[in-house]
Amino acid sequence: MKALWLHLAVLLALAVAGVLLPAYPQGMLTRVLVMAVFATGYNLAFGYTGLLSLGHALHFSAGMMAAGLAMRAGMPPEAALPLGALAGTVSAALTGVLALRTKGVSFMIVTLMFAQAFHLTLLYFGAFTGGDEGFPLPGAARHLLGLDLTQPGPRFAVALVLFAVALLAQGALVRGRFGRSMVAMRENEERSRMLGYNPFTIKLAALTLSGLYAGMAGAAYGLLFGYVGAGFGTTQYSILPMLYVLLGGAGTTLGPLLGAGIMAWLIDAASALTNASLAVIGAVLIALVVFAPKGILGTIRERWAKWLP
Amino acid sequence: MGTGPLLMLATLEGMVMAAVLALAAVGLSLTFGVMRVVNVAHGEFFMLGAVLAWGATQAVPSAPLGFVAALVIAPALVGALAWVTDTALLKRLNYNPESTIVATIGLSYLIQQGALSFFGPDARAVAAPFTLRLQFPGFGYSGYKLFVVAAALLVLLAVWWGLTRSRAGLVMRATQVDRTTARAFGIHVDRVYAGTFALGAALAALAAVLVAPITQAHYLMGHDPLLLSFIVVIIGGLGSLRGTLLAALVIGLADGILSMLYPPTLAKILATLAVAMVLVFRPQGLFGGRA
Repeated sequence: MKALWLHLAVLLALAVAGVLLPAYPQGMLTRVLVMAVFATGYNLAFGYTGLLSLGHALHFSAGMMAAGLAMRAGMPPEAALPLGALAGTVSAALTGVLALRTKGVSFMIVTLMFAQAFHLTLLYFGAFTGGDEGFPLPGAARHLLGLDLTQPGPRFAVALVLFAVALLAQGALVRGRFGRSMVAMRENEERSRMLGYNPFTIKLAALTLSGLYAGMAGAAYGLLFGYVGAGFGTTQYSILPMLYVLLGGAGTTLGPLLGAGIMAWLIDAASALTNASLAVIGAVLIALVVFAPKGILGTIRERWAKWLP
Repeated sequence: MGTGPLLMLATLEGMVMAAVLALAAVGLSLTFGVMRVVNVAHGEFFMLGAVLAWGATQAVPSAPLGFVAALVIAPALVGALAWVTDTALLKRLNYNPESTIVATIGLSYLIQQGALSFFGPDARAVAAPFTLRLQFPGFGYSGYKLFVVAAALLVLLAVWWGLTRSRAGLVMRATQVDRTTARAFGIHVDRVYAGTFALGAALAALAAVLVAPITQAHYLMGHDPLLLSFIVVIIGGLGSLRGTLLAALVIGLADGILSMLYPPTLAKILATLAVAMVLVFRPQGLFGGRA
């Protein structure tokens, strides 16, 4: 109960911030929310189920490309968004069936290779997908349920609603039966197998769900910011959700949002001094694995607030 | 050009590719074999080697001397950086496989940014130590490229000899087989790890110095060697040196020949998928090996 109230309070605070903030930070917050949906999905696979994937850019860009290409061909966003989510789901299920035959380091490399192959495929069919340069979505096509998404206000509202659904669904999921069996995979796969669970199906379900989140986030990113490109399929977009989740705290419901927010703020603050955003990402990654492998909320939960979701 | 000379040319290009690839991949294979660490920053060590080669040839303007300086300085500096990385970073993580991957991803971002900030975004040419054109029937070929093949072979032989015949190699192999027992026999496991990591990085840097006069130095040039090294090491069987060398030869030649006939992107797509499939269905690698 406490957890639900906390989630609702966070969502309320985000809504108030969206209304009060001036244009620039509001735009930043919109982007953070979409990336937080992506990271929340990653958290389901990595934080709860213990699947350290290095290939989530595949599901993100599959969702973005599917939705983007469909909208370019004239499909309305109301249908293109679910299509993007479906693309992420399918890509995660298909690669998951193969990748989940491996574990640990092999799993990381296999997922990395699948994502790399997809990125290269997008480049190979550059004449159709726009390749590295990508393509803009025309403003006329970006109307969702009567909202004009070329305007910052509606854009923020859509991002917030998406994130709210993602967060609350995750909260309900991880407190339920299935969520507990996911955690059991992370903690001790052999014991859960002995208790009669099938690790493969549970892990595959978690990964597929994670792909649904990633595909949805990718499709929403393309729709909200009006640009689709193969650049979102690079390894960096597999690393970013991992970074957000590690920073905020793997296996905490609000960690992905916190991590995405802090990184956006850090890179923005650093860009005033240098343009070394890569160095910021690198330094934070190293500092996290060395000093705080549990992330911010994970550490808080361990030390002070055991009830933290 | 007729088919015969074209095929000959493609084979020569493939051999150059295979030689450079074998050096870089053996470095990656060593660190994985001995330390069980997947070094994602390996490609950036490669790139640093090329960038330092550019710096050395700029500092020493006379062409052969500058290149010799680069051959010495670049692997030494990159090896030193790797040594520091190992003692300051990887050791603190207890060589946990997953944490070290995340940490070396972070490191690769740092190195890339460093190169971008200090070296700049442009590709820069590195002067070859000599220009010699060999005339084959039907086409001419750069003598320097053949020198690269010979030099790489020499280094690989030296590594092979060092690992199988020297005391240092024995110590490394002992650590690979059983770290705890090696420690009990008085082997400085920490120093072996740092040395292995430095050697692996130095080999990548050396490969880059050799290839820099052919390809130029660029701050993003580490991506392809990293991917290809992964492919070679995995197909050859993780940690198996013999498999790595064999796979480097096959993949280097195949890449050199195929990329003259097919678009390189398509070849890369197929290669990455092949690697994923090998890991899924035959984790010990195609060439057997004792991974």
